[in-house]
Amino acid sequence: MHPILKLVVQRIALGLLLLLAVSVLIYAGTEALPGDVAQAILGQSATPEALANLRESLGLNQPGYIRYFHWLGGVLTGDFGKALTNGQDIGQAIAQRLGNTLFLAGCAAAISVPLAIGLGLVAARYNGRWPDKVISGVTLSTISLPEFVAAYFVIYLLTQVIPIFQPVAMVFPGMSFWAKLNAVALPVIVLVLVVLAHMMRMTRAAILNVMQSAYIETAELKGLSPMRVIWKHALPNAVAPIISVVVLNLAYLVVGVVVVEVVFGYNALGQYLVDHVAKRDLPVVQAVGLIFAAVYIGLNILADVLAIVANPRLRHPK
Amino acid sequence: MRRIPLSALIGLFFTGLFLFTALFAQWIAPYPLDAVLGKVWEPPSEQFLLGTDTIGRDILSRLIYGGQITIFVALVSSLLSFGLGSFLGFLAAVRGGWVDQVLSRVVDLVMAIPSLIVALVVLSVLPINLTVLILVMGLLDSTRVFRLSRAVAMDIAVMDYVEAAKLRGEGQMWVIFREILPNALSPLVAEFGLRFIFAVLFISTLSFLGLGIQPPLADWGGMVKENKDGLVYGKAAALMPALAIAALAISVNLVADWVLSRTSSLKGGRGA
Repeated sequence: MHPILKLVVQRIALGLLLLLAVSVLIYAGTEALPGDVAQAILGQSATPEALANLRESLGLNQPGYIRYFHWLGGVLTGDFGKALTNGQDIGQAIAQRLGNTLFLAGCAAAISVPLAIGLGLVAARYNGRWPDKVISGVTLSTISLPEFVAAYFVIYLLTQVIPIFQPVAMVFPGMSFWAKLNAVALPVIVLVLVVLAHMMRMTRAAILNVMQSAYIETAELKGLSPMRVIWKHALPNAVAPIISVVVLNLAYLVVGVVVVEVVFGYNALGQYLVDHVAKRDLPVVQAVGLIFAAVYIGLNILADVLAIVANPRLRHPK
Repeated sequence: MRRIPLSALIGLFFTGLFLFTALFAQWIAPYPLDAVLGKVWEPPSEQFLLGTDTIGRDILSRLIYGGQITIFVALVSSLLSFGLGSFLGFLAAVRGGWVDQVLSRVVDLVMAIPSLIVALVVLSVLPINLTVLILVMGLLDSTRVFRLSRAVAMDIAVMDYVEAAKLRGEGQMWVIFREILPNALSPLVAEFGLRFIFAVLFISTLSFLGLGIQPPLADWGGMVKENKDGLVYGKAAALMPALAIAALAISVNLVADWVLSRTSSLKGGRGA
């Protein structure tokens, strides 16, 4: 087998193993903690008979590992069970919302990745001069803001000070693509702000790291323009660390999306999770938690695989 | 004494100011926490320096009391994560073998999912109160401290003086607390600032989602949540606690950056 294929297969297998372990963690973490699901549903004033009945119907009397495998089997076949609070099918509810979340995160990624790399290149080109200082200063201050704080600053600025947007992001089936884009403009701006800083700083650092190599000096001495040196000679060699930081930050969008959806009342997966944590609806929380974990782990695997593929030493082994 | 850069001085001043107001909130705040004094969302005036909130309470007083809770929870949980994370990290580095393997794999597992998602899953079962919040945040964050302190201790554990202490017949606790801890202290102190800020942002986010500090207690994240509807009508009340969070985060970051640049052998990043 080609060594690179072997590495990739190994990495994916390891990721799947990790995902399995995470599913155990999510299930055991919620089941083993003090607190009784039946009690949580019925409240403190429930009679012992009602509690016993509910435990029976939820299957709470079976040992934990049997319930885990039952749950896992359901998840693998797409059956997440029913929500405790309203009896709705969780799989269906997730399917309705997943698209909205992916649309939001996709728009944010499509804007932030090229922007971050572009700004990183400019900052590296003017290293130590004013464009670098301005870009670095601004991104340093956005890096220390939590998502919801950034969101409200943006809302205030773009709906009150300069009123060009609506403060809520409603997306419903049947809306045209452009109407949807317009509706998610504000949340996308916030998400871009949140992930931009880290990506841009890492791009800048990776380029500056490569810029110290001898072949860069050669290119400069040949008389190439600085932007051409960066574009043709530095960027291809810095691409591996840039890819991995870009993908890792996309994974970070998973967290950002949860908070931003709540801020804008955007009906998608993150809002669904937070609502049901407050309602203590365990099956929903486990299902959505697992999906977020799977996306996060999946993107991490992707980052590793791309880093392997982007490494010429691994691509052309001796 | 080297000259302290201006940015660090500004950071130190505001960090000190925040800590001072948090410590003496009861004496500084002009009004009680829950007193309804004026109309809804009054603009700033001489009576209410920052205006009033969604039911007419004084925002400045609530900010001061809220800062007390926010900073208290963040401080205690980051102390917990530091105590636990660094002890286990040193232990893993000193013992090696299966202790190291088990601890490291468990930490890998927990760090494979974003902390916020883990916290949400766990908080759907546990009762939400100050103790639980501090424990959950402290335990989750201790994984990051564990990685850092294990990496630092790994370098120290192979030093000659540690070897000498072991040959002298000192116990494991002596090696951890008397040989490794003093030498690992400076990178850990720098990291503490970053962990503290992370804890402030984390508790604020949880409270904002309605899953953190519960009323009648007030904290900054919760205050943003209470006042967010006013923003649509152009009332800036929700921005005051948001500004407070941002100001605290930036000023502690400035101090931490300065400490960080003074300590040379720092490993690991701030993480998400």
